Amino acid sequence: MSRKPITFMQAINEGLTQAMEKDDRVFIMGEDVAGGAKVKHLADKNEDSWGGVFGVTKGLMPKFGRERVIDTPVSEMGYMGAAVGAAITGLRPVPELMFNDFVGFCLDTILAQGSKMRYMFGGKAKVPLTIRTTHGAGASGAAQHSGSYYGLFASIPGVKVVVPSNPYDAKGLLLAAIEEDNIVVFSEDKTLYGMKGDVPEGYYKVEIGKATITRAGTDLSIVTIGKMVQVAEAVADELAKSGIQVEVIDLRTVAPWDEATVIQSVQKTGRLIVIDEAHPRNSTATDIAAVVTDKAFDYLDGPVKRVTAPETPVPFASNLEQLYMPSVKRVLDEASEIIDDLKVVKA
Amino acid sequence: MKQLTPDLAKTAYKYMNDIRHFEDRVHKVFLTGAIPGFVHLYAGEEAVAVGVCSHLTDSDYITSTHRGHGHCIAKGCDVNGMMAEIYGKATGLNNGKGGSMHIADVDKGMLGANGMVSGGMPIAVGAGLRNKYLKTDDVAVCFFGDGANNEGNFHEAMNMASIWKLPVIFVNENNNFAEATPQIYATAAKTIAQRAEAYDMPSERVDGKNFMAVFEAAGRAIDRARQGDGPTLIECKTYRNYGHFEGDQQTYKYDSPEEEAFAKRDDIQEFRAYAVSEGLFTAAEADQIEQQSTDDIEAAVKFAEDSPLPDPESLYEDVFAD
Repeated sequence: MSRKPITFMQAINEGLTQAMEKDDRVFIMGEDVAGGAKVKHLADKNEDSWGGVFGVTKGLMPKFGRERVIDTPVSEMGYMGAAVGAAITGLRPVPELMFNDFVGFCLDTILAQGSKMRYMFGGKAKVPLTIRTTHGAGASGAAQHSGSYYGLFASIPGVKVVVPSNPYDAKGLLLAAIEEDNIVVFSEDKTLYGMKGDVPEGYYKVEIGKATITRAGTDLSIVTIGKMVQVAEAVADELAKSGIQVEVIDLRTVAPWDEATVIQSVQKTGRLIVIDEAHPRNSTATDIAAVVTDKAFDYLDGPVKRVTAPETPVPFASNLEQLYMPSVKRVLDEASEIIDDLKVVKA
Repeated sequence: MKQLTPDLAKTAYKYMNDIRHFEDRVHKVFLTGAIPGFVHLYAGEEAVAVGVCSHLTDSDYITSTHRGHGHCIAKGCDVNGMMAEIYGKATGLNNGKGGSMHIADVDKGMLGANGMVSGGMPIAVGAGLRNKYLKTDDVAVCFFGDGANNEGNFHEAMNMASIWKLPVIFVNENNNFAEATPQIYATAAKTIAQRAEAYDMPSERVDGKNFMAVFEAAGRAIDRARQGDGPTLIECKTYRNYGHFEGDQQTYKYDSPEEEAFAKRDDIQEFRAYAVSEGLFTAAEADQIEQQSTDDIEAAVKFAEDSPLPDPESLYEDVFAD
């Protein structure tokens, strides 16, 4: 099991490889997931071209062939709908939606078709479908390539939504997703692709719907999603200097999110900040705040704080984009509002 | 190609009658208020669904439309379960949780009526992709209306099926109206069949009121698909006896004597006359089939009326597979 750390991107590639080795019904489709289809000089050498716009699926076509790593036309509605059709008839497609911002082209297939089939058909259908997509600001992608819409998917009953924060979880959650008989949106923060971490070489799963406590603490709970775990950890380091013990929860799954772990933490700490890169209105962060306020009101020593993107599209200029994303400073500012009394008590 | 044997002709005639009686019966019951929601009736288009599905087995797939009752019956779905579903009863094919627009029976290869115009088109491509992926000779038939041919789904599905040479048969039921809007207004093409040319796909345009015309065109297309020769578009010119939905006043119909004459053709009577003259079945046998069909649909109505409502707990069930 011991080897050098691998990147988030390599972890996903390895997960896809192992899922395809394990089950012949698993296949990949999307725009340039191999690239270069029908280009003779590539075919002669059994080579792919891009292997995905970020290179996440590089090398899979040479290994599994173009029957299982299918380059599609630029037709998100068409191929995502086809993925639903293949799933309901017994295959296990793993289509890629290059950027989650493109969901407008294919939302019907998720919103009105795939997510509802099992329910509408009286439980007599399964839709084993894992949609890989990317989200996240910080790569100067501007307004149409940087959004974080996992909350939009999460608002659809019948869809599970996974947002991994590190290479280990990325591989384990992906393998769990592909084994699900449901639609799972597997949303990858594109700025995490280079992140390195220890990842077991073998096949393993991380449970969908279960959060993980990355750091235990007694004074303040911070619930985070995806790359915001890093912000939370930095905040925790900073507050530790003042003797404040932060508990950091990596949500891992946005739908269904792990109410039990979050509420138990709040019962212990009495304070909660949710960090979410998505917009704040009608969002995951707001949902968590509402549920915690409802179910753990008596344990709260102050309002639930949310640190999120502003209610704006993602700006292009780098300085604005940095302002757009939740930062350590913004979290500390919010934290100061609910922990002032705590500092006094501890002093 | 599958030939129309006497047995197959009788089965087809039974299904056509089942569809007509089913829809006429739903029309009457809807007026009483016993059936809730939105209902779109297929009566008048029977020759299309039955003409195509006569070639299929349970391992072939179809996708359907909001006007899906005819496709369900032609694909062999149980009429009791269908009627109960439309009534919103626990014994419905979908346990009462789908209704008219979402009747499905995946085990029968019926992948669902579909409330989204064109929604079934990429799903049929996916079923075709599955058939090719698993190296079966099963096909996927995609029924869609003239309204759907102006959706992006139509173009993406046609293109993908063609580049991948998938065993998909696109069966257009051109009943002249997308809701209340005529094809001549909404479609920048004289025929829907001609749009296949843009996707390098063979196409045919047939009289959708003529069972044999549909049956033979479908047979050719399905044979090609089973042999790995890719998709076909078949445009079936037809007409619906009722409105877009139950309650539609249909003020947009009969703009010309020709349209009215076409609308008043009865595809079932035409097929009966043909079959009797060809000796596929006798007039007495036809009468018997018609009576059996009437009885079966009456029994389905009774079954639906006598069935219980869904258990309240089922509201929460089957959102996810375990």
